Amino acid sequence: MVCGFLIHTISSVSALSAGGSRVLYSRVFGPEDNTEADPERRRLLQKERLLALARRVRTAVCLYRDAAGTSCVECVLGEEAVALGEAEFGVLRLSAGEPFPAERTVLWLGVQNLAFTLVCEMHENLLLAEGTLRNIARHCMEELRLLGPGSEILLKSDRIDALLHRYVPHGQLLFLNHRFTHILDKELSAYSTK
Amino acid sequence: MYSTGNESLVKQAREIQDEELHKFYGRISKLLNANRDHGNETIDSLQRLNLIVSATKYAKTLPPDLKKKLQTLLLSKTHPEQIQVLFTSILRESLPLSTQELSDGLAQDTRSSSYVAAVVLSQAANKDDVAPVCQHLLKHLESRQPDGQICKHTLPILTKLISYSPEILTEDQVNLVSRKLVDWLRYASLQQGASMSTGGFFSGPRTRQPVPVTEVDGAVAGDFFTVLCVGHSFGEDQWMNMYAFSMIRKWLLTYDAEGTSGGESAHLSQIQFMLSQLQDDRSEVDSSVVSMVSATSSSSRLLPPKERLREKAFEYCHRLIEQSDRKAMKRTDTELQKACIVEAVTIMDIICKEDPSYVYRAFPSVKALYGRLSGELAYARALIPIAQFYLNHSEMAAVDSEAVFRQLFSRFPSELFNEPALAYEFVQFCRANMAVLEDGVALYRQSFPNIFKFLAWTSPALVADYMELLPSLMCPDTAVEILHSLLDLPCLAATLDLQQRSASYQASERVLWDHGSKVASALEAFRQPSYRGLFLYILRPEAGSGDTIDRLKMLHEVLSEMAASPRVVQCAQVVPVLLHVFFNNVTKFADEKLINQLALVLLERSSLLYNIKQFKIELFRVFSTHIRTLCKLHPSLIVNQSRELLDFAGSTANIYSKEELYTNVVWLIGEYLSVVHDPRCSVELITTFFEGLEAVLFEITQVRQSVSPPSYPPRVLTVLMTTLSKLASRSQDLIPRVSLSLSKLCNFARSRLVLASYSEEDTEEIITRAHELTNLLKLPSVAQFVLAPAALGESPRWHRDTNASLPRAMRTISGLLHKQSSFQQSG
Repeated sequence: MVCGFLIHTISSVSALSAGGSRVLYSRVFGPEDNTEADPERRRLLQKERLLALARRVRTAVCLYRDAAGTSCVECVLGEEAVALGEAEFGVLRLSAGEPFPAERTVLWLGVQNLAFTLVCEMHENLLLAEGTLRNIARHCMEELRLLGPGSEILLKSDRIDALLHRYVPHGQLLFLNHRFTHILDKELSAYSTK
Repeated sequence: MYSTGNESLVKQAREIQDEELHKFYGRISKLLNANRDHGNETIDSLQRLNLIVSATKYAKTLPPDLKKKLQTLLLSKTHPEQIQVLFTSILRESLPLSTQELSDGLAQDTRSSSYVAAVVLSQAANKDDVAPVCQHLLKHLESRQPDGQICKHTLPILTKLISYSPEILTEDQVNLVSRKLVDWLRYASLQQGASMSTGGFFSGPRTRQPVPVTEVDGAVAGDFFTVLCVGHSFGEDQWMNMYAFSMIRKWLLTYDAEGTSGGESAHLSQIQFMLSQLQDDRSEVDSSVVSMVSATSSSSRLLPPKERLREKAFEYCHRLIEQSDRKAMKRTDTELQKACIVEAVTIMDIICKEDPSYVYRAFPSVKALYGRLSGELAYARALIPIAQFYLNHSEMAAVDSEAVFRQLFSRFPSELFNEPALAYEFVQFCRANMAVLEDGVALYRQSFPNIFKFLAWTSPALVADYMELLPSLMCPDTAVEILHSLLDLPCLAATLDLQQRSASYQASERVLWDHGSKVASALEAFRQPSYRGLFLYILRPEAGSGDTIDRLKMLHEVLSEMAASPRVVQCAQVVPVLLHVFFNNVTKFADEKLINQLALVLLERSSLLYNIKQFKIELFRVFSTHIRTLCKLHPSLIVNQSRELLDFAGSTANIYSKEELYTNVVWLIGEYLSVVHDPRCSVELITTFFEGLEAVLFEITQVRQSVSPPSYPPRVLTVLMTTLSKLASRSQDLIPRVSLSLSKLCNFARSRLVLASYSEEDTEEIITRAHELTNLLKLPSVAQFVLAPAALGESPRWHRDTNASLPRAMRTISGLLHKQSSFQQSG
């Protein structure tokens, strides 16, 4: 099962302290393991966990890029395929309590200045999870025009909700062959053009 | 990409004033109240509201009437999807909670229930909050109305619920879902779904002819429908088939364990189920196509639901494995085939663990699969669950698993070390099976040099896992070699880098590329036959093949230009922590011989390390800590390794390059070179050590007089003084000599040159220490007692920490001595 999905920044944002990462979109597939009784504090705890995760992934992506010695080529709108082709991919394990109560596997995809992060339960089918993450990232890049200067990612995040609703309903990874995918893609493009 | 414009939008959303926000709430309420289709204006406003409620980590509380409005609208079905999604998202992110209201409204319509459930699930705080959703879904499953739609996300929601709380379903409900899963898994139609082809006034009966679904290679699908069957459209049963397979692993893991019939009562219930199934089954399979596999397994209908599901899931996986051999026409389907292999083998493994009778049926299939995939590195990740299957069941089925593990431990790390996902899965496989691997698979420990390759390449991501794995790789036979390998880990990272570069820049590019490279000469060396042995040693796949410690220096030189590369530096940073794990663990099983060997390795390797400055400093710290532990465990180490220790402590060069380690070694000599610890500790031996250290102190004081004195750390001087005094207290003929040295040292400490390089405090400290020791040695029996080895003080009355207790004892005695001398003067 997928526990959550986020999109966040990798390079520093001026308003944040060094090492910080701005979470642009996050979705947790509940119910989650959260011991806070007060709804307000529950939400706060959830968001703090996601922030901690985003920082962790940011570090992982930076270390990966350092080690590989690759320098990012800036892509512009329309070059989504190139950007995704050059994206870095990695997996890491979060021990229990860091920051989620149970152990988790995290898959990340670093595309230019953004990371797409999928949090899964341990022993998830990682081949399936990786394929799903790449697919979601591609949709986000194209439909939200992430390579452009616009604010779609903030204002039109309902598209990501609709995307996740189909490809990871309630956190379930799906074994979709190309026809299933095609049908869902068509539904999605109908959603976007509405 | 993320721009400053976006950043200011976030800021605006966060800092919106209450007054403005309430106006905005009012406007949205008005828009929603207007009895017309919600146009762009509504959507735009809802999108802004969505950003406002989700932009901060502090929850926003919506006015009750707006909240109510959103809930009511979400529960009624008349809205376009986008509006529904926005309602869902806003309700999910804001307060007050919607759990109660939305759960109550669930009964109305199944189509929006997935969205409604999403809100309830994300705000639920306990089992009671989600129970209504669960009951709602099960009621619809049970009712089985012929035209009644069920919520298409029933199964994903159920999976989420059972992973949150498995007890949420009663035994009867588990059986109900199990029966449904059997239906969906095995009896989905083999014809293409009708949803797209129907309609059209002119479309004659010909277009309504059922079109069969095909396999991924285009052949007409036989047997039964699986996720590897394709068609232009799919019917509901086929969608449910896909959802059912996607969740079956989780389901089996959660509920299968209890389903194994064991005792008499289980047998009884089995008979009851058989009777009920006889009536029940016919209706369920009416519309299904009787397939080849189902024809052969008709007896399974007599099983209770859980066991029947197990049987059907097994058949499904069996068919998937067969289907994965087909050459897919689409690349995405090839990827899906791989994922299906992983899932199918994992599910078979789960089933075989629950019911071993399946092992004999599963093995031919898994074995054939292994045979097919073993040659192809592209399928490496699919081989990990296969290895898990062999590990769990090969013994029972009397199947040889050697080849599988050889592939896993030999080929993968050496050829695919740079695949992060494979590395992760490999390491998790090892972690999950550590206990079995270390006892049952000799190749596991044997392959540690290979297993380290993943670590060397992706150190930061994997270090936590290797801290857990390392103890399972260690045994008396491999400990010394593992220690060397850990010290060589940054070299391994550098060499792997060269290996990768060398492979990716072949022939024609070589010349062009080499000249511009910062690592050109390292790469050149990598290709030269004269260095081949050296690199082969670092890249060796298994333990025990060759030992080129003599030529390590040469390797370090060759790799020197890579010492600053980020990958090598990252790797070097994880070595100290792994060394701590190594030593903390090795002391649990090491005998005296091994302890001696390890201490020797530390001394030897202290001058044979890859030249990364911070790496060396860290390592000397680690060496110091652990050589102390080793000595404490086996104090006779000092006598056994006396020659090496003396060589080490007698060289002033070591003071500069390895201050930390040097200080500790000198301290150890003073602490443990005593007949108390080893009867072989003769006067001659003590004298030899004494003379060695005396010479060092002499050399230091001599150098002090030269033109440009090197600045020795004051701590080294005090430790040397103390150690000399300790040795003298054990062989009292030496006392005059040490007193002389001490007084000389006092003079030097007061000399102008020294005053220039030490702080006043340091000088003071040196002189005080020298005085204390001189005074102490005036009373040899007291000195012997104060400077005695720690072991004497190990009785409970003594402070445990010898480091802390010695100075205290010395201060007390020294105080007494001072008093005594002042009495003498006054008297």
